[in-house]
Amino acid sequence: MKTVDEIKAAIEAAVRGARVDVLTNPGPSGQHSLLLATSTAAAVARFLRDDPEFALDFLSNVTGVDWPDKEITEKVKVPKQVVKTVEGVEQTVEEMVEETRKRVEPGCLEAVYHLYSMAKKQGPVVIRMRTANRSDNVTLPSFTPIWRSAELQEREVFDLYGIVFGGHPDLRRILMWDGFKDHPMRKDYIEPDDFEYEPTAHDEVLARAQAQKAATGMGITPQESGR
Amino acid sequence: MAVDEGLKIELGKQGIFVTSLQDLYNWGRRNSVWPMQFGLACCAIEMIATTMARYDMARFGAEVFRPSPRQADMMIISGTVTKKMAPQVVRLYNQMAEPKYVIAMGACAISGGPFKQGYNVLKGIDRYIPVDVHIPGCPPRPEALLQALITLQKKIDGQHLTGEDRPRFLNAEAQSEFPVPEQGEHDLEPTSNKDVWPVPLVIR
Repeated sequence: MKTVDEIKAAIEAAVRGARVDVLTNPGPSGQHSLLLATSTAAAVARFLRDDPEFALDFLSNVTGVDWPDKEITEKVKVPKQVVKTVEGVEQTVEEMVEETRKRVEPGCLEAVYHLYSMAKKQGPVVIRMRTANRSDNVTLPSFTPIWRSAELQEREVFDLYGIVFGGHPDLRRILMWDGFKDHPMRKDYIEPDDFEYEPTAHDEVLARAQAQKAATGMGITPQESGR
Repeated sequence: MAVDEGLKIELGKQGIFVTSLQDLYNWGRRNSVWPMQFGLACCAIEMIATTMARYDMARFGAEVFRPSPRQADMMIISGTVTKKMAPQVVRLYNQMAEPKYVIAMGACAISGGPFKQGYNVLKGIDRYIPVDVHIPGCPPRPEALLQALITLQKKIDGQHLTGEDRPRFLNAEAQSEFPVPEQGEHDLEPTSNKDVWPVPLVIR
């Protein structure tokens, strides 16, 4: 199997204007992946399937990843006008001052595809696509026209992560019911608080158990209820 | 009116068989329970094994699984009830004719089991319909299901046909249909039927 850099070079040579980034995996498996730009992703996918060198004719798995907005605190050195007494004379001096700044790195939703080749008995090639943000611009091109096996799995990703696959023939929820509004696998999903906590709850679970007791009366002890 | 056991045996020796209508009626009912053919998850495999030759549920008169709720009088909730499936389960229960009984089989059906903290699993079917016998286990052994059936038979045997504590099907005013939960935007609505399922107490 070719390395990701060789695959990237082959894609860029074959598909005009294709933008591919290599995402390295620092883990021991070293399974690096290719991040495709959404505009040319379909052409790249078609190339990977049809090219006799790769012949990635089998899409094994589609999954999603939620990257929430990340607040980054960093220390930056900035020039600042400082009034200082230098050699008995008051002067305004420009000095480098360390400042703590916070910035928010916008999150995104990501779809991950694992491709294998039945013909060449090789793989996997991992390709990814990312949406522009997590709220209103969540469309990615569907790979169902290229690999039929993506159909149900893309529906699952749509259901649980909320990624909309443009060009999907039948994009409906698959696990949850049609009227359901949330996307349960997102990091900011608030799950229904409808089960009794263990009798020996502590720390974070104890706080949740107490909030639930106040709201619903679940978990009231026999002494408290008089039953 | 129950017949005195000693007198019954004594009369039996003389070739006279004495019984009460209630005993005869319950004897008939308990030995011909018709379960509904309906499986939800892995517990259903154990339920199937129970009906087959090795464990042979037919010994207890409950071998004919009916594929229609109209012809069944026992529902075995055999497996995880997801929130997507829960309204259908309640609807099937409503469609069964009285008298009807429910066995909640396995950890999932009685409490949500290993999926208790999941967002899409109902934490026990007893939140919406009355359950007669709960069987713990993940999944329960076929012997446990047979034990549940025997427990149910004992319950049927002890039912009085008249009086205040008569079973639901002999009481015209008793409720036999239960509200089907709606699938809402975030959860089932309502999340439980307060008439059937009192909010559980925690013994600390």
